[in-house]
Amino acid sequence: MIENIVFYIVSAILLASAVMVVSSRNPVHSVLFLILAFFNAAVLFLMAGAEFLAMVLVIVYVGAVAVLFMFVVMMLDVDFVALREGVQRYAPVGFAVGIILFVEIAFVAISWTVAPGATAARLSPVPGDVSNTVALGSLLYTKYIFLFQMAGAILLVSMIGAIVLTLRDRNRGKRQNVTMQHERMPADTMRMVNAKLGEGAVMPPQTEEAL
Amino acid sequence: MQVALSNFLVVAGLLFVIGVFGIFMNRKNIIVIMMSIELILLAANINFVAFSGALHDMVGQVFTMFVLTVAAAESAIGLAIVVIYSRNRGSIEVEDVTLMKG
Repeated sequence: MIENIVFYIVSAILLASAVMVVSSRNPVHSVLFLILAFFNAAVLFLMAGAEFLAMVLVIVYVGAVAVLFMFVVMMLDVDFVALREGVQRYAPVGFAVGIILFVEIAFVAISWTVAPGATAARLSPVPGDVSNTVALGSLLYTKYIFLFQMAGAILLVSMIGAIVLTLRDRNRGKRQNVTMQHERMPADTMRMVNAKLGEGAVMPPQTEEAL
Repeated sequence: MQVALSNFLVVAGLLFVIGVFGIFMNRKNIIVIMMSIELILLAANINFVAFSGALHDMVGQVFTMFVLTVAAAESAIGLAIVVIYSRNRGSIEVEDVTLMKG
């Protein structure tokens, strides 16, 4: 009973904050409502029995992805009001597509049944005597180790890709140009002058090439 | 799991529809479109976790973990592209992105 009440409250907040994410005028408010939605989704994960994933959702999404969104929204010097133009024009199409999509999903949601052999066909049933984190880890590091490594590779590639994309080489500072150094001849840069005593030598104006 | 599975499915379906609606409504603002994509992926994750809890099968949670990974990578790359695009062109309007004449 109490679980149902908590579920309804949490999912109502989740859906309301999702609506605010897509309809808020200020993108900063959108990001803040996205954080609220992630927190409520983490509570839903907890209620479904996935404690570890709930914590991962809070740490990864609220701690990394939402902060990344916040950084980008606040750093970009973009007129966000101009980007809201045409909302009235697009909203009816969005409503129509959304209602059609939801009716289709509802048809599926009210008419499905679990196949009789589904329970027997489970790949890895939940072990009853260990916690959720232990069960997930003992599955992830044995049966799905290849997928786990692939996930790590995807994260590495995306990290390097993001750095390469945003790294800006502004040509600041003096750098060593090895080819130019090797191509310099002594005749380009040096003149032997026999200076007379008491008069000194008059230097010819240096050309750009000799520098 | 104390709460019925169908409740989770209805919430996930509504969240998915809200995400799709957000893509349609904010056709110019690429950042809000990416947030809508995050909402859609969150709906998929709720479905995975709800079925995992209802059927007592751990594979759904493993898959949720991979979906989380891919979603984080996608948003990092997407935001990097948005940053360099706005740096080069001074605008992030989706309809202005016609460099490749697609």
